[in-house]
This record gives sequence, C-alpha cells and structure tokens, in this order.
Amino acid sequence: MRILGFDSSGLVASVAVVEEDSLIAEYTMNHKKTHSQTLLPMLDEMLAMAEISLDTIDGLAIAAGPGSFTGLRIGSATVKGLALALDIPVIPVPTLEALAYNLWGSDGLICPIMDARRNQVYTGCYSFDQNEKLIMEMDQIPMDMEELIALLNRKGRKVIFLGDGVVPYRKKIVDGMKIPYTFAPAHMNRQRAASVAVCGCIRFRQGYYENGDDHKPVYLRVSQAERERSEREKENRHDTTAAGDK
Amino acid sequence: MKDDVKILAIESSCDETSAAVVVNGRKVLSNIIYSQIEIHTVYGGVVPEIASRKHVEKINQVIRAALEEAKCTLDDIDAVAVTYGPGLVGALLVGLGAAKAISYAKKLPLIGVHHIEGHIAANFIEYPELEPPFMCLVVSGGHTHLVRVKDYGSFDILGITRDDAAGEAFDKVARAIGLGYPGGPKLDKLAKEGNPDAIVFPKAKISDSEFDFSFSGLKSAVLNYINQAQMRGETIRTADVAASFQKAVTEVLTEHAVWAAKRFDMDKLALAGGVASNSALRAAMDQACKKENIHLYYPSPLLCTDNAAMIGAAGYYEYKKGIRHGWDLNAVPNLKLGE
Repeated sequence: MRILGFDSSGLVASVAVVEEDSLIAEYTMNHKKTHSQTLLPMLDEMLAMAEISLDTIDGLAIAAGPGSFTGLRIGSATVKGLALALDIPVIPVPTLEALAYNLWGSDGLICPIMDARRNQVYTGCYSFDQNEKLIMEMDQIPMDMEELIALLNRKGRKVIFLGDGVVPYRKKIVDGMKIPYTFAPAHMNRQRAASVAVCGCIRFRQGYYENGDDHKPVYLRVSQAERERSEREKENRHDTTAAGDK
Repeated sequence: MKDDVKILAIESSCDETSAAVVVNGRKVLSNIIYSQIEIHTVYGGVVPEIASRKHVEKINQVIRAALEEAKCTLDDIDAVAVTYGPGLVGALLVGLGAAKAISYAKKLPLIGVHHIEGHIAANFIEYPELEPPFMCLVVSGGHTHLVRVKDYGSFDILGITRDDAAGEAFDKVARAIGLGYPGGPKLDKLAKEGNPDAIVFPKAKISDSEFDFSFSGLKSAVLNYINQAQMRGETIRTADVAASFQKAVTEVLTEHAVWAAKRFDMDKLALAGGVASNSALRAAMDQACKKENIHLYYPSPLLCTDNAAMIGAAGYYEYKKGIRHGWDLNAVPNLKLGE
C-alpha cells in the first residue's frame, strides 16, 4: 500500500510517500514561497527522484485542518484534482494529530500549537499509551494561549510543545507554565507530510477515507463575515427582548 | 477528427464555480455553472472567504458534471485551461489547484487563461464567423475595458475605468434605491418602468483620455440626488432614478466604444462581461452601431456571466500559439490583460 501525504496547512509545504512501514521520500520546505507555487512542483520532483508513478498510489492523505484557510484550500484543491484524475480516495487527517505523530512514543502530554492569529492558537492534546497507540486527550480547537496554559497547569503532566505557535508564544509559555515542559527540536517541530501519510495509512486501513468530491477542509472557524453577521443578529435579538421587557 | 482539440476548462475567479468541455475553441459540449449568488445575497455582496469555501465543496462535482454532459472522460481531453487572474485570489486558487492537479496526473498541457480574455472569447462561441480584428467593450462588476482585439490572444487596451467598474456602479446605485444584490439585473428590470429623461445625471468626461471611463462621479450624483430628496421629505420615483442612471452609463459606454471602432477603422464591435446583458446597453449599442454601419456582437446572457466555456474558447487559441504553463502557476489577482 502506497500513500501520498500532503501538508500545506501552515508556512511549511510538505509532500511524502509512505509504503507500508517505510518512508520512501519526503520533501519539506519551510520557506516563504506560496504553496500554489511549491506543492505540485515538489510532488513532481519527489516522485521523479523516487521513480514512482502516480498510478501506483492507493490513497491521498491530507492535513485537513485546521490551519491557514488559503493553505488548506491549496492542499485540498490539489488532492481533490488528483483524486478525480486517478480515481483514488482522499484520507483526511486532522492537522494537529499529524503534528503530534511527529513525536510518536513520547512520554507525557504532546501539545501542538499553531498560530491562529487573533491572540489564539489551534491546539489539541495527545499522548501515547502502553501499546503505543495515539490517545486524543483534547480534540483540536482554537483557544486563547492563556486558557491553554492554565488548562495544562491543571492537568499536571509533563508537556512537549511543538508547532509554529511556539515562536510567538514562547515567552507566554516560559512565564506561565508551572509544570515541567520542553520544546520539540527543529527536525520534528513543524508539519511533516510523512506524519500525515503514516496517520493516513492507519486511517485508510480502518476505512476512514472519502471520495475526493466530498472532501473539504476543517477550518474550525467560520469566516469573519459570518461571525460578524451572527454577532449582529444576537445583538438585534437582545434588543428586541429588552424592548419587550418594558 | 484527430485534429480536434478538446479542452477541459475551469473558472472560479469570483462567485461562480464552472467547468466546461469545448472543442476547437468554438463548440461547447458542456458548460456547467454553479452560482453562489444566493449565499452572498444576505451579505449584500460577494464574501471572498465564503466564496472560496464553496468553490472547494463544489469543484469536483462541477468538473464531473461537465465531463458527463460532454459524454467524455479525462482520457478524451487534450488540454486543461484555467482562469489564473484577475479575480479573488482565494477563489482563483481553488480552480487553479484542481486544474493543475488534473493536468499533472493526466499528463495534459496546462494553459492559464486571463479572465477578461475569456469574456471576449465568449463571442467566438456565439458567433462562429467572428474573427479578429474587432473592437470589444468588456463591462462587468469588476471590469470596464475598451479593448482592441488585434488577433487571437493579442490585445491593446485603449481605455479602462479610472475608478468604479460599470457593474460596480450599478450594484451601488441598486443598493441605494433598495434593490439589493445582485444590483445590475434588478436595476435593469426596474428601469424599464421608469423615464430615462426624468433626471439629468452628469456624464463623466476624462479630460486627458478619449477612451477612459469614470463612474464614481455619476454614482455620487445619484446618491446625492437621493439624499437631497430624502432631506426635503420628497419621495423619489426609484424607477426614474434607475432609468436615468442607466441611460447616463450606457450613453458613455456606447459613445466611447463606437468612437473607438471608428477611430481604428473597424466595422466589428463586440460586447462582453456581465453588464453586456443589460438591455438598455444592448439597445443603445444596436442603435448607434446601425447608424455607423458597424456590425454588433454580443453573447447570450449565459455566456456573459462568468463561465468556463469562455475560458475554454480563449484557452484554445493560447494552446494553438503554444502557450503552456508550469506546475508552479500561481493565481494573479490583478493580472493585466496581454501579460
């Protein structure tokens, strides 16, 4: 079984091929060029180097969100196009679960954080049990950093932080954490398509895949226009109730 | 038969997700358009983030439907054409991402197409006999271009709008008189019940250019007229406002376009873009062109809106010229025509 992995959820662009329990190739760039310019050329170059034909691929694993809305859509549109042309399924993998998988087998709580702007991070909490199975302790969610730190302090287990959210929030973490914690090193602290592909293999075997036509990213947030509209509606409802009370 | 070139075309630059199969740039086998208008109506205009999300949800279904209706599979396709600008960047990236992936997986040539070039090429679909050179007025919600089409894929831009696009002015005036979104078609309908000579709105003249347009002054004049009437407590006849405004816009568009055709000695003038289906513009153009012995072309309303068939038509002529794009093709939201 050969699975292609894709991650374009953040600044990193990454593609990988995993076959059973070996990683055949992985190409990761943490550079400013847009994913629209990098993702497909990277795939092309990687497959050429690895002498792999697209016809031999069984499934397309994608970091399905959360992440940068535009980044997610570039990845999503790409795998959807490939799925349609190759007639193979898409395997959506939660971005934060794939990030946690970078630290497979670690003790303690794995806490990936992605910068979500508006003073928030996309985060989740994961651990590995005695059978080396990934346990989701807290599902992925957008959260204020202060709230996350308070929550981790309450849990009281040693935490490993990773993800691009570490950069803007390092000081807050250092100042706020009252329990032991570490930061993951460079080779495992960003999105990696190899992790996406490995998680994709597991999900594929379990039957968690979909037709590319139905695939869409998981944003975890509505658009600004929708948010403002529902806030306005809430206010209006509030106004009418208040008026009715009089 | 082998010489036939079958192009799969994809368009997602604004709020329409569209895919089409076009043979030799002229014959449309399918043209599937999924319009998001209803979704954006509650916001009074297109919300880019919502548009982009909808494109992702619909893109494959639209492509599949286009292939099905054309009774073909990707194996029958010779090239993939896709809009890569101008437009909303997030929206463009969806169609572009899917188009690139399909052409890559199927080892098909990829042709990036300029959205305006597509609008112009809609006329090739409607009129098999039409060939360059001709003059073309492209008018839509986002664009007002007076273009001299010298050859297939070869253009001189003679005039553009200095501020609002014609369709944008339509939308803003429509909103001011309470018509809602999308304003153009609604205003066109209301204007039919009004008197176009009831109010004289100023026609914007640009002193240093004979072909450029300006619509923000006209738009402000209409808004001022409405405000002043309201302050005086008068009720305005919205149908008269619509008709008078529409007349001011169409007169300027017609005068410039016909003058450009005469100035460059062309006997063919084409309309393109969403506003090209405005009934007053068509009538004014018809009349002016008859008087000057100019043959007027305009696509049917469906081909005036954003659609992929027009991208397939334009893409064919780019294909014939040997234009091929790489897998690194990016969306260019402010792409200039002829670049």
